[in-house]
This record gives sequence, structure tokens and C-alpha cells, in this order.
Amino acid sequence: MTVTRAPAETLSVLDRSNSYIGKTVPRPNLDRLLQGRGQYVSDLELPRMAHVVFLRSPYAHARIVAIDADAARRMSGVIAIVTGRELEAVITPWVGVLSHLKGLKSAPQHAIAVDRACWQGEAVAAIVATSRAAAEDAMEHVVVDYEELETVTDMRTALDPATPVIHSALGDNLAFERTLNAGDVDQALSDSEVVEADFVFGRHTGVTLEPRAVVADWNAAEARLTIYQGTQAPHMVQNIAALHLGLREAQVRVVCKDVGGSFGIKVHIYADEMATYALSKLLRRPIKFVADRVESFNTDIHARDHRCRGRIGVKPDGTITAFEIDDLTGIGPYSMYPRTSAIEANQVVNLVGGPYVTANYRARARVVFQNKNVMCQYRAVGHPIACSVTEGLVDLAAAKIGMDPVEIRRRNLIPDDAYPCASPSGMKFEQLSHHASLAKLLQMMDYDALRAEQAALRARNIHRGIGIASFIEVTNPSAAFYGVGGAKISSQDGVAVRLDAQGSVICQTSITEQGQGSESLTAQIVGSVLGVSMDRVRVTLGDTDNTPYGGGTWASRGAGIGGEAALQAAKALRQNILDVAAAILQSTPAGLDIVNNSIVNAVDGAPRIELNELARIVYFRPDTLPPGVQPELMATRHFVPRQYPFAFTNGVQASWLEVDTETGFVTLLKHWVVEDCGTIINPQLVDEQIRGGVVQGLGAALFEKCIYDERGQLTNANMADYLVPMSGEMPDIEIGHVVSPTQETELGAKGAGEAGTAGAAAAVANAVNDALRPFGATITEIPLTPQVILTALGRI
Amino acid sequence: MSAPVSVSLLVNGEPIDAFVLPRLNLADFLRENLRLTGTHVGCEHGVCGACTVRLDGEIVRSCLMLAVQAQGASVETIEGLSDSGEIADLQAAFRERNALQCGYCTPGMLMTAQDLLKQMPVPDRQAIREHLSGNYCRCTGYQAIVDAVEATAKTRAGRPA
Amino acid sequence: MKAAAFAYARATSVVNALELLAAHGDKAKVLSGGQSLMPAMNLRLISPDILVDIGGLAELRGIAVRAGVLIVGALTRHVDLLRSPEIALYAPLLRDAVAHVAHPAIRNRGTIGGSLAHADPASELPACVVALDAMIVVRGPSGERRIAATEFFKGIYETALSPDELLVAIEVPVAGQGSTFFFQEYARRHGDYAVVGLAARAVVAAGRFTDLRLGFFAIGDRPMLAAAAGRLINASVTSALLAEAATALADELDPQEDQQATAAMRRHLATVLLRRCVAALLARPDLEAGVAR
Repeated sequence: MTVTRAPAETLSVLDRSNSYIGKTVPRPNLDRLLQGRGQYVSDLELPRMAHVVFLRSPYAHARIVAIDADAARRMSGVIAIVTGRELEAVITPWVGVLSHLKGLKSAPQHAIAVDRACWQGEAVAAIVATSRAAAEDAMEHVVVDYEELETVTDMRTALDPATPVIHSALGDNLAFERTLNAGDVDQALSDSEVVEADFVFGRHTGVTLEPRAVVADWNAAEARLTIYQGTQAPHMVQNIAALHLGLREAQVRVVCKDVGGSFGIKVHIYADEMATYALSKLLRRPIKFVADRVESFNTDIHARDHRCRGRIGVKPDGTITAFEIDDLTGIGPYSMYPRTSAIEANQVVNLVGGPYVTANYRARARVVFQNKNVMCQYRAVGHPIACSVTEGLVDLAAAKIGMDPVEIRRRNLIPDDAYPCASPSGMKFEQLSHHASLAKLLQMMDYDALRAEQAALRARNIHRGIGIASFIEVTNPSAAFYGVGGAKISSQDGVAVRLDAQGSVICQTSITEQGQGSESLTAQIVGSVLGVSMDRVRVTLGDTDNTPYGGGTWASRGAGIGGEAALQAAKALRQNILDVAAAILQSTPAGLDIVNNSIVNAVDGAPRIELNELARIVYFRPDTLPPGVQPELMATRHFVPRQYPFAFTNGVQASWLEVDTETGFVTLLKHWVVEDCGTIINPQLVDEQIRGGVVQGLGAALFEKCIYDERGQLTNANMADYLVPMSGEMPDIEIGHVVSPTQETELGAKGAGEAGTAGAAAAVANAVNDALRPFGATITEIPLTPQVILTALGRI
Repeated sequence: MSAPVSVSLLVNGEPIDAFVLPRLNLADFLRENLRLTGTHVGCEHGVCGACTVRLDGEIVRSCLMLAVQAQGASVETIEGLSDSGEIADLQAAFRERNALQCGYCTPGMLMTAQDLLKQMPVPDRQAIREHLSGNYCRCTGYQAIVDAVEATAKTRAGRPA
Repeated sequence: MKAAAFAYARATSVVNALELLAAHGDKAKVLSGGQSLMPAMNLRLISPDILVDIGGLAELRGIAVRAGVLIVGALTRHVDLLRSPEIALYAPLLRDAVAHVAHPAIRNRGTIGGSLAHADPASELPACVVALDAMIVVRGPSGERRIAATEFFKGIYETALSPDELLVAIEVPVAGQGSTFFFQEYARRHGDYAVVGLAARAVVAAGRFTDLRLGFFAIGDRPMLAAAAGRLINASVTSALLAEAATALADELDPQEDQQATAAMRRHLATVLLRRCVAALLARPDLEAGVAR
């Protein structure tokens, strides 16, 4: 591990003899999941619970002329069949816009389509029955008279005057456009060698292994709705459900226990989930919706469907003089709610060229409507696009001037001593470590030896490639992300910590757990700061009734923001405990410490009183405390970053792979990542976040794509045809770290959840092009399928 | 015609007699009728591996089998393998190596890994990857799982007979 | 999704199964291992009125060798083919192919009879039985008949089986002296259906093919025995001759286009497979790079 900056003085609170910070400790409560005793929403059953399935439009764009559900209503087990028009009385429509994304527009979206369906898969009726199977039986007998409308599918022609406008009230199919012009791009390019390429990205989706699932339970007697949902943002769900159902937030409780994968898929508000809440209210009983796999493909948000023209200017000495991009993306018929579907393109504009010193940067991004499933934020939002375009261009520039890909990066990456600084797009960087990271990567992969091996194999007609990709990543977002645009999405998080009557600690946090290790990092921080062993710290999360208010877990924010709140709360409780201890022991708080669950002398560590004894006195014999002492063995703290809108992280990845130039098949041999997420709370958890993220990026690079036909039909909406990465094709991934803690928090942690995904595809694409260099082929499209590679090689 | 059919089987060693509709698949029978929710459903078309259980000692996809087809068979689920202690070492290795994140694939992954270790006491990494290649995990990137299975194999191999 | 409702009949004998099929005609589906049928039913792509479960019929199990013929019962599972000493000895092509079929949990249920009767043009075993010149044994109301594997497959999911017949066994001539086999497929991931595959049986003597049967799959609506193989039999195989055979192969193929590959890509991959197959069978690495453009 390379530390670019000495940890701040204030970090000492973490640097205690029994600290868990920086240590690999197993996550608490894993046995539950290992023994099949998890509590996922799909496992949940409540008394009187009914099941809903949604009849979904088979057309990408159609007017709903009539719905005849009479025969279906009479079928066995059917409780109700509800149309969009009927549900409108219970739940109001919404529009997915944010005011800080200037000009972003969208149309009102209903929980169930009213009059018109705008993508294949949009719900047009809900069938509620005693079982999922009975509801599906009835669904086959609901007759919908559709009038098929002209579809808009190709993003490239969505803005043509001849193309129909999906929402006529909006005037055109342009949802959002952003331009940026920094420095003097024209001048810079006119003095340089210019390389240009079109980068094409497949439409992906998250394919969480547990599909989206919700049980909504309206208790009419309590006038209260309990929503059990696999979500990353319980308070956001609470706010929005209340808003559109005409309830006060206090009337809505959101409970989120185990979640079978999220990755940004489960941070949005989906129409069918809103419909499920509304159906529960309408029918006054618990309603369960679990998407099946086909529905997941057709309705879980998609992402990454971009076409981006990129240009780079380079001098013969390797100096990069300018970047220019023109990005286009199609987001489906609606901007998603409430985070909107303009963020990804916005991020692309923010991030292209970000690792490099170049001051000249021009960008345009356009976001268009089309009759396909909705697109929105998915793990590493915009980063894979920005990174693939930037790093692809850098490699093309290097090839143009005959420079090694590593050398051109050395000459252009922002120097490690240049911080704080800002990118041409205005992103503020506190402290990054591109050069230290690259140096570490080259050492880990033994770059020179690998190049020699590559050359030797090439002579034997074996074609291997090395691809490098530097990246930056947005983490710890402040209110700048959503709040300033008017979304009621909290950027702050809260943690409450209390000592129980036996000296154990109960900790409630507003961040959520989907397997990242939120519980673990919270317990590690709280245990370390308090001096309590981790097995005595119990963490509660995922329940709006029982946690402080906060944002949840998304955008790589749990450790950095929720972790800092935990640290501050634990510090406050520690002070409170020491105050009481001082009163009991006739000492001073400063003269005492807490180590291994006991109050000890700060000077010599001699044990004075165990925490359980202190708790016993406080809770059961307060009469023995000195007069005027009122112990507060509970403390709550909240935290939100204020100084930097985002805590940027950085890193670099490398891929080593082999291309069978006869068949076009790629074999991934090895992958390396060096990442700098600041203070590392649990090295194993960080590494596993990165590995998982890398493999999602590798899936994008080689396999994953939602394939639509020209009529807007998704043609591979199943797991046999949408190819996710499986163990047989994935390489081992070696991970190294550079540590530049953020000074904005005492903890110093930045996010690590999306770094892997940000750069993996770029590294693979560069490696494939490196392997194909003797053939003069260059590919700037992912997924890199055998078909794409054979075509580029001219074999077919 | 599609009336309930009687089925008798052993589930985790316990005799079960039930009347089930022919269309009920084994995964739903385990989850909904017996409340053994450790067997997960991820795709219902036999691709994801989350519903993997053991039938007469061999792993199968419980979503690709009707409950009535289990007549006379012995079915074992993650709950059974956990309670018997058969895979305690494998579970410990998964815990140590953080070979699970959301945990949804984990029961199927453990079933499949144990199946490999029974057939091939000391598999190499490629053999582990191939045997697990029908079990989808979106969280881990697989390496930690491969490590945990490899570590368990080595420990078992080193154990005196 | 959940399967639509259906009735279920557990056949007690082959005769009983045939009676059930006769009674229900094409409204019935035979349930063997169920590894292709169940996904289709769970997705409600098909909704048979009744399933006739033949899974309990011991008479359809087992692998035996009689009078130079390997007899494989229809209910022989993929995993049985993988582990059988008789298969390893007399028809190792089947063993080699099965390693590419899906995943262990699927191979523990899927049967050879089910796979052949399902007749997915991208699946491995149909091509193997074509390459092995096997006979498919079928029983119906009027008794038993034997259909040459080359005549059995009629199209995508279509075979010479009529709805009232049951596939009961496969008869494979045992591998003779000098017989060698080759199996390779290009699939996107382990266990996926092939983009293009080749199952081959050859007899090699003195560096020449005295027989060569090339069963390509995933290149059309059914497995195809390539006529182009004829050009390589009893000939001195040179790069030029192999190139000629590859051209002939590309001409006789009429591949379909799908999400994995265009027709042109399938033709190309078939010729790559041909080259690699011939090089491997003749142990002539020099031939492998022969026809690269």
C-alpha cells in the first residue's frame, strides 16, 4: 500500500490499539445468508396477502383502445383487475426532472399506462389474485385492443423532423442537452495531430439475481402503509410513496431487510412498484409484486446506450492538447423518477479527459426519447462511457505518434503534487494519485516482461494484448447531485449509537446493506472509536421507523458519508460514557479511556470498570450516581460533505487477454486494478467491491447487450440470451491500493463501490486493440463479440 | 385433469406427504409449501442456478423439476446441509473470504461447490470455475468464491482420513 | 412466470406411455429429464394439456453392447454418458460432447432421448448421433421402427417422431480399429449453446482418411453431415485440398442468422472448425493455418 499523504492528526481516534480500521474482519451476520436464513422480500408472506402481476404492452408504442377483463375477473382466484384509469384515483402521476439540469424535460408518467403505452413492457393493467400462477392464468384472458403507433427506436434519428414526437406536448424528442467549452479546442487541434473515432456502447441492465420485489401493506385501521422493499434508499421511497398517495411521510414505513443485489437498479421508483403501493391502498390488504426474469429485462432500468464521437489532439512529443466529444444517448420514453435519466450523459460530459492535464475540452451531450425501456443510473453512472472514450482516444493518439500507451499517460496524467485542482469541466479534485497508481500497477503486472512475452507469442501467431485505463470516480456526493435540483433525496446520513444495559452497543444507521458491508464498516468504526469489540456492536438499518433520516447506499457514499456519521456518533457516545465513568470513578474524562469493553486509565491502561457494570449502574442504580449527573448513553450524529461536491477517487486498470484471430473469441487472462479510495476501513471488503465491479465491466466489454429490433421489441429478454459474465470466463483480478484520505472527514474514506466498473471495459477494449494491432484493426464498440472482432479483421 | 396429485418424499431427511398441483415446480414447493426459503428463485428458466438443490445426492435445478417428479426421492436444501454440518467448513471458508455479498446466489453456489468437492477432492481453479459456471453471481466477480472452494478442498485433503 | 395448468400422468411402462400418447395425441408432451421442456413451460411458450412422465421407466435406462452395437437407453442422462466406461470405450464422442452441454445440475437431469427428440439444431447430441451413423429406435402403436440418425432430424424442434411414438433407444455402431473422434464447439460462455460446433468420426490409416463423417451443428435447421468431407477421404490432404473442401463446405451450408452470428460468420467458423478438426485428426498442425485469408 502506498500512502501519498500522512494520515491527519485527527485520525488518531481510529488508530487505537484495538482498532478495526484497516483490518479484514468477516462481516457480521453472514451465517444467516450462508445458511439460507436471509429475509429477502421475495420470501415474505403476510396474512391476506395477494399477488399482483402486470399485463404489459406487447407493442413499443400503442394506443390502448379498450381493455376487456370481464372473463378474467370471473376466473378462480382473481381478486381484482385494475386499469391505469382506475388507479389514477389512488396515485398521482409524476415527472422525472431536476431543476439543476437546465432544460431537462419529460412527460407525466402513470403507475399503470393511461390511454397509451410507450414501451414494450409498460404495464397496462394489474391482475391481483390469490397466487402468482392464478394471476398469470387470468392475465391470458384480459383482452386489450391496441392501436399500434409509429415507434421511435433509433436514437440517431430521434431528433429528425420526419420522426414522430413521442410526447407532443414536449415539442420534440430532446429530453436534455448540455454543451461545454473550455480553453481553445479549435486552436489546440489545429496545431496537433488529430485522431477521431466513434465509440458505441451496448444497452445493459443490472440483472440483480433477486428481481425487484415489494410487499405493500396498507393497514386501513391504522391509516398506515408499510412497504417492504429491496431498495437502496428507504427514506426516498417513503417520501415519494407518501407524496403520490396523498399521505404524510409519517404514514409510510419502509422496511428493507436482505436485498438480492441492487447496483443502482433498486435506487429508482418504478411504475409497477408505485402501482403495488396504490393497489394495497385500494384493496386494503397486503399486495406482493415480484418481477419475474422476463419482466426484469423489460422494466428494470437499462443503461449505457451511448454513441459518442470523440476527438483528441496530440503533439509528436505525446502532449495531449485537447479532447472533444459529441455524445448521444436514448433513454426510453420517460426520464426516470426521481433521479432523472439525464445524469449519465451529464456525467460523461463531466468526466471525459478527467485524469489528464489538458485544459482544452469541448463537449456536447444530447439525451433523446425513444420507445424502448427506460434508462437511468446503474453502477458507475457515465463512468464507463467517459473512461472508454477518454482511454480509447489516448491509446489511438499513442498509436498515431508511435508512443507506448504507458508513456503517453505518464506525460499527461495530472501530477500527484498538483492538487487541489480542477478539471476543464469544473470538477474539483482534492487529492488524486494517478502517477503513484500507475507506477504501482506497472510493478504489479510486470509490464516490461508482459510486453516481451507478447512479442514472443506474436511470432508464434498467438495474439495477446495489454490494455491500460486510468480513471476518476465520483464518490461521496453532496447535495450537489440531487438535492440542489429539487429532489427529496437526502445527501446526509445519520447514525444513532447507544450503550445497552449489558454494555453492548446498538447502532442505527440510515445507510443500507445490499452486501457491500455497510453493517460491517459501521460496526468496525463504532467498535474502534468506542473501544468495544465488534461482537458487541449490533447494527440496525433499512427501516424508516427505526433509523435516523438519510440517503441510503448509492453513488459510493455509504462508507464515506455514513461511516463519518458513525464515527462522530461514536465519538459523542464515548465522551458521554467517559463523563459518567469519571463521575463513578471520581476521575476525569481525560484521565480515562475505553479499551476492550472496559473503562481503563488513560495513562497506564489499568482496568477500572467494565462497560456492563457501568451500564448496570446507569440504568438500574442511578440513585448511586453523584447528584446532577444525568447520563446520556445514546448519541446521534449526521454528516454531509460541504467542502467538495464530490470526493473524487482515482485508479488505473490493466487487462491481459488473448484474441483468437480466426474465431474472434477473446480469452481474459488476467486483470489488475490499483485504486485510491482514501482510508480503507476493511481491505477485503474494498477489494471485493472492486472485483465485483470489474466483472460487471467485463460483462459489458464482452457479453452484455439488450438487443432491440427496429420495432422496439427487446429480443433477448431472458438469461439464456442476455449474456451475463459467469465464472468460467472471468479472470483472476489482482488489486493494489494507494491511499490519499480526504481531509474533509475525520475518517478520510472515499467511495470504492464503482471503481471496478468504471474502467474495466476500457482496459479490455484497449487490450483487444493492442492484440489486433498487427492486423491494422481498431474497434471502438462494446460488447466486443466474436462477430464484431471477425468483422473488424475482415474475416467475414 | 389438472387436479392435485399426491407426492411423498424426504426433505432434509423428514418425510413429507403432500397434495400438489402438477404445475407446481420443486422450487416453489420448497419455498411456498414447506417455507424453506433458502432455495432461491432467480430466473425460473434454469439458467441462474440460485434454485440448485440436491436430489438423491445429485444437484439439480429445482425450477426445472415438478414437485410431483420428486415422488419417492430425497431432496436436500441449504437448510438441511447447514443443520447437518456437512458444509460447515465450506461455509466458514465463504465467510472468511467474503465469498458472498448479497447472498442470493449463495445457497445454490454452496450446493454446487459441495457437489464438486465430493466428485473431485482437489480441483484446480479452472475446474472450480467450470463446475460453478452455471451459477450466476452478480456481486463478487467469482474470484472469492473460487478461493473459498479451493481453500476448503485443500483443508479437506490435508485432513487425516 | 409460472407454468400454465396441466394434467400429469406417471407412465408405468412403455406400453402405458404409448397408450397415454395415443389417447391425448399432440395435446400431450413426454416428460423425460425436462431440462428443455420445463423452461419453455415456465415461460408459457408452450402449454400442453397433459405431461406423460416417463422418468420412472427402468426399461428405458441402461447402456449395453450387443453384437457390435452400443445400445443407449433413451433415459440415459448426460451425466451417465459422461461417466460410462462403455461410452468411453465405444463412443467417446458422446462423452466429449456432453462436457459441453450446459452445466452439472442440468446434466444430472437431461437425457439423451429427450435431447434428440427435442431436436434443437444448436445442441450437441443430435450432431453426434449423425456423425456416429446411429439408429434411433422408436416405438409406437404399431410396434418398433429404426430411423437412421441422418433421417431423424427434420427441422428446428422437428423430427421423424410422430406424436404417438416414443423414442426408446439409440444404437451406435461401436468404434472400430483406427477410429478417431473430434469434438469442438464455439460457444460464448461455458455451457452455452454453440454458435457453431462440429462432431466428427474418422478412420485414419497411413496418414489418410479412409472414412470421415463431419456432423456440424448450429449451422442450419438441423445437424448436418457435411458432404465436403468426401473430398478428403482416401486422398493426400494438402493445404490446397483442405481449402477446396472448406470452400465446398461453405457452399453447402445454409446457416441461419441470429443474435450470436450472421450466416457469414457461421460459414467462416465452420471452415475454421473443419481445418482444426482435420489438423487434429491427422496430427498435422501444419494444416491448421491453411485457409486463413
